[in-house]
Amino acid sequence: MKHSRISLSLAAALFAATVSFQSLSAAHADTTLLNVSYDPTRELYKDYNAAFAAKWKADTGETLTIQTSHGGSGAQARSVIDGLDADVVTLALESDISAIAKATKKINPDWRTKYPHNSAPYTSTIVFLVRKGNPKGIKDWGDLIKDGVEVITPNPKTSGGARWNYLAAWAWANGQYGGDEAKIKDYIGNLFQHVPVLDSGARGSTTTFAQRELGDVLLAWENEAYLASDEFGADKFDIVVPPQSILAEPPVAVVDGNVDAKGTRKVAEAYLQYLYSAEGQTIAAKHFYRPSEPKLVSADLLKKLPELKLVTIDDPIFGGWAKAQPYHFGDGGTFDQIYKPKK
Amino acid sequence: MTLGFTLAYLTLIVLIPLTGLVWRSASLGWGGMWHVATDARTLNALKISFGTSLIAALINVVFGVIVAWVLVRYRFPGRRIIDAIVDLPFALPTAVAGIALTALYSKNGWIGRWLDPLGIKVAFTPVGITIALIFIGLPFVVRTVQPVMEEIRKEVEEAAATLGATRFQTISRVLLPGLTPAILTGFALAFARAVGEYGSVIFIAGNLPYISEIAPLLIVIRLEEFDYTGATAIAAIMLLISFTMLFVINLIQAWSRRRYGYAT
Repeated sequence: MKHSRISLSLAAALFAATVSFQSLSAAHADTTLLNVSYDPTRELYKDYNAAFAAKWKADTGETLTIQTSHGGSGAQARSVIDGLDADVVTLALESDISAIAKATKKINPDWRTKYPHNSAPYTSTIVFLVRKGNPKGIKDWGDLIKDGVEVITPNPKTSGGARWNYLAAWAWANGQYGGDEAKIKDYIGNLFQHVPVLDSGARGSTTTFAQRELGDVLLAWENEAYLASDEFGADKFDIVVPPQSILAEPPVAVVDGNVDAKGTRKVAEAYLQYLYSAEGQTIAAKHFYRPSEPKLVSADLLKKLPELKLVTIDDPIFGGWAKAQPYHFGDGGTFDQIYKPKK
Repeated sequence: MTLGFTLAYLTLIVLIPLTGLVWRSASLGWGGMWHVATDARTLNALKISFGTSLIAALINVVFGVIVAWVLVRYRFPGRRIIDAIVDLPFALPTAVAGIALTALYSKNGWIGRWLDPLGIKVAFTPVGITIALIFIGLPFVVRTVQPVMEEIRKEVEEAAATLGATRFQTISRVLLPGLTPAILTGFALAFARAVGEYGSVIFIAGNLPYISEIAPLLIVIRLEEFDYTGATAIAAIMLLISFTMLFVINLIQAWSRRRYGYAT
């Protein structure tokens, strides 16, 4: 009895092994694409991958398996530097992709010119998420440092999103104080006095604000703000779009070294190119990213993304990421300075 | 043969990674290392990390020994379940623990809402860090002390009592000396674990520089800047402090073994 049971389970195991081996070799015949992305794009790429795989199948007959890995933008860049076999990277910051290009030489240094709009198929901006009815009357960046206002933003040292928050505030102060750097730093220092918690990532801050009910205003990606109010109920929050904010251009790039080694260049390039198509742009807009080709998207979807004055990172205030990153967020940069205890 | 195996294994698992760490940070040189170590922000983070870990480990020693004693000496319904619960902090992903504790102790949490009107803030302060570290460290003390306690027979206590010892004397002169090495081991384990803890602390700490920023976060921050050398430098400093403290604890342990010869 015992003997037969053992042989039975053995047979079952053998059978299972054969089946999984077959399915494995079947999968191998098709193409697999790895997209290494950052945290808030989870929902966006879930939809986009399905759309692109369907299109690729229709065009070429190949079954395409797309895997997407999400995490903090900097941590994701480090994984690729340390050898993660990404075909494409779609990260939060230009400086993260540049870091890969510099450290591994696997990405062509002129990657930013490969696709339209500085290789940023969609953009986003920083808005305010406030409690329903906006009880503290927060309308603009200056309101954030009013007495009794608590501001929730993640740590710019560990979160890509938080760097955009920081720079958006900086850009506003720059206009307000006519470029007087001492006064700008005063404002930023004052602003961070109003921050009770520095979470390590954007999602962490959203949780702190929405679930822990801490703070009066959350500085958030536009798409995160919409996502939070969808998730936790639109009756709990209002989205306030300030008159001025920053234009965040999350860039994309093909990892040339990896796609050439794997022979996936054609599909990887098509994957990124398709982000600029009407369908790709519509999917981005549905997830509250601002399409870089708005004319391809129905006006209905664009209504939720109102016009405002947007400062870019290439503005002379910042002079591009290569300059802004070390100046503001490097060791001893402006962010470190505002936390230095006053002597 | 077994010695060779042990050495080879330790080298592979422990020594090579640590050598790599020291090697990488060595490229900074002594000057650079000193600069990192004496930076006000690093000093504060180290103070917070080691301070909260020390307090948490001390609290764990007191209450861990009591918990172990109750589990060993008393028979009550549900004892086995409680015994199993002690291990939960081992098994739970630390991030889950951190999120759960933050939910409990934040201003609108089950416990936090009662403390807040009294002006006691736990979440997003060093107190919160300490609570997270107590949580993850408790099983280390209980599980190291428990088996040694089980070896102490009840007759020993009874003998002490018949010889005229008060309850306090029985505890301090008969029971504790035998337990001291195990308690020290438990303390060392809980402390060491707490110093390196990242996952649970990060959620409850608040992470404000100079106030509630732990040293492991500072390492992550350096990595975010692609500053591998800076990160390994802080790691090497933590390693050095931890090693020194563990070494001292080991010395005390050896001394207490000699002093109270019958233990082990």
